[in-house]
Amino acid sequence: MDFSFSDEQVELRHAVRHALAREFPLDALRVTVQTTADERAERAGARWRMLAELGAPALLVPETAGGLGLSDVDLVGVLEEAGWSALPEPLLETAGLAAPMLATLLPVAPAAGALHALVSGKAPLAVGGIDIGPGGPSSPTAVTPDGMLRTPRVVGARTATVYLLACRDPDSGWQLHAVPAADCTLAPTPTLDGTRDLSTVHWPLSSETLLAYGVAAEASVGLMADRGAAGSAALLIGLADRMITMAADYAKERHQFGKPVGSFQAVKHLLADARVKLEFARPATYRAAWSLASAQPSVSHDASMAKAMASDAADLAARVALQVHGAIGYTWECDLHFFMKRAWALSATWGDAATHRQLVLAQARRRGVPARRSDPGT
Amino acid sequence: MDLTFDAEHEEFRAEARAWLRAHVPHEPLPSLDTAAGFEAHRAWETALFSDRWSVVSWPIEFGGRGVGIMAWLVFEEEYYRARAPKRVSQNGIFLLGPTLLEYGTPAQKERFLPPMASGEEIWCQGWSEPDAGSDLAAIRSRATRNAGGDGWLLNGQKTWASRGAFADWCFGIFRTDPQAERHRGLTYFLVAMDAPGVTVRPIPQIDGETGFAEIFFENVEVPDAQVLGDEDAGWSVAMSTAGSERGLSLRSPARYTKAAARLIDLFDQRGAPPMAADAVARAYMDAEAYRLHTYWTASQVARGHAVGPEASCNKIFWSETDVQIHETALALLGPEAELLESGSPGEWLDGYLFSLAGPIYAGTNQIQRNVVAERLLGLPRG
Repeated sequence: MDFSFSDEQVELRHAVRHALAREFPLDALRVTVQTTADERAERAGARWRMLAELGAPALLVPETAGGLGLSDVDLVGVLEEAGWSALPEPLLETAGLAAPMLATLLPVAPAAGALHALVSGKAPLAVGGIDIGPGGPSSPTAVTPDGMLRTPRVVGARTATVYLLACRDPDSGWQLHAVPAADCTLAPTPTLDGTRDLSTVHWPLSSETLLAYGVAAEASVGLMADRGAAGSAALLIGLADRMITMAADYAKERHQFGKPVGSFQAVKHLLADARVKLEFARPATYRAAWSLASAQPSVSHDASMAKAMASDAADLAARVALQVHGAIGYTWECDLHFFMKRAWALSATWGDAATHRQLVLAQARRRGVPARRSDPGT
Repeated sequence: MDLTFDAEHEEFRAEARAWLRAHVPHEPLPSLDTAAGFEAHRAWETALFSDRWSVVSWPIEFGGRGVGIMAWLVFEEEYYRARAPKRVSQNGIFLLGPTLLEYGTPAQKERFLPPMASGEEIWCQGWSEPDAGSDLAAIRSRATRNAGGDGWLLNGQKTWASRGAFADWCFGIFRTDPQAERHRGLTYFLVAMDAPGVTVRPIPQIDGETGFAEIFFENVEVPDAQVLGDEDAGWSVAMSTAGSERGLSLRSPARYTKAAARLIDLFDQRGAPPMAADAVARAYMDAEAYRLHTYWTASQVARGHAVGPEASCNKIFWSETDVQIHETALALLGPEAELLESGSPGEWLDGYLFSLAGPIYAGTNQIQRNVVAERLLGLPRG
């Protein structure tokens, strides 16, 4: 039993934090929302190159395929840092979902092409077509009257050159495709967050883009759903930490009744509650990363628990941070809203907290959990 | 990172499991808050001790096995899994024991640790006073030098001493320098409950049993050998005990994961009412999260890091998780929840009453929230 990160893992995480602080300071978020599309794309491209230099997108790609050959345990801290800085780029989708999935499907030609694009570091990959509901993974992809497929809320499509898309037919089951951006039409969707790149993608169903179908696709989708839940939990942990830190800093500066407002117990207890929730969501998130990395039978349970706890922690942190900031926190001028909105968005994607609680309970009731080598049992 | 236990720990687990299976009484012992129950629990401690299971993490010379913190967690998991009796000696072995190991003289360790481990001497804690609860530094009970100059005279009153009604010894802090600033001028004493001048008045708790007591001290003679740590340094010695209490050693996670597993059983027995599902899931996950957090903290300790200020989150979390588990169980029991029957539902009701003390003792959760805000988030003191 060693539930801790190695020195290398801690160093990697620090490197990402410093690089993001340098390349992506707070005011850059505002630029992302307020500037022209060209300038936004240019800055996004620069950030992605920086992440690629750190090896982040290909962290989970085997060394033989040009990646770093690391694991979800290495990635979780990087994602937490992406959350801390509210990075708009689809790092989770590219590094956490597409990379390991493509690596396992490597002999398939479209997978090799997509992985090559990913490892080149030029652009992220877009991912779409998988949601998580109370019954597990489901697909929002629908067939349109013209015979094309329509997938809403695809993440990262504006910059990606390859889209990883899933669909599910009631009779034939799941299919996974790696579709060149050039084959698709896309309709960018404005979102509350303003910094997240979401689009509705119309795409043709073709055997040439097929990565997997049937049982193999179902297994890949299941694992992607677990990685989506666990990875967004890591982003949410980072966001929660940042919002609590921002609010605590503000509470030290802001004076009322001749004292810093942070000296009042009413304010302290709000922040303490948020901090406690974060404190206990964190190990659940790290455990999910370890379960993914070591292919534990309990991985779905662990990912669901992480997502449920991290979503709750981030939602509470957002509410508390806003309340502690008071009226200034309600303004566009204050940076807090960027983090709150990202937290709301991620809290609701890959299954919200209530959905994952149902999933966890169903598994706990089946006594499939904890199904680890050293299960202390009940 | 590896969340599995190695072969050595698994062997230790199997050994503990086998011993507990063979020795845990089939019938629950009578409540330890009764005279007869207290003695029955003492006998259980003696049985544990005779096969070196009472204090596994202590050094071998004092009755332990000298195992590390992870093995201790493994033992605790097995202990709760076996539904073994409550630990009547918990104030001694989990709070005073670690403090004695850190601050005690060799003679004190030799004198006090083995009978503590065997249940021969059961300890209670004399900290709170009528006017010193959350504001612990407001302690007024006095210790003054005796006429011979080789010991002390204790005067004053302690209260809310858990197990104080039946305990053999008491550890507590007393004011030795009334001129000093509040947190200074306090000294840590070890006092025999049968010493002349000690009067115990049991206090019935909300469950009607005498779980705690007031202790009155009237010119109680205590030799220098029963001072723990330096004179006037009692606060820092006491805080090391408080660290144990709020941090790792008092509330092992197995207790909550076991209760959560029983809650899920109850949920199933009651036909899995959808209305309760979310609360059951929350209770289960919180217990599980506390277990993971404990492994996390223990791993930092195993790597040689000190327990950080993050530990101040623990007490808030385990105590409120405990209340939530039991509230959810009572909701599932509905109108049967008030029945004082043996077995479920009576056990859940007992557990609920017990859980309600958690957010109050060992520093109220409001004080703990101040600590989290000040130590972890750096907010200014009020």
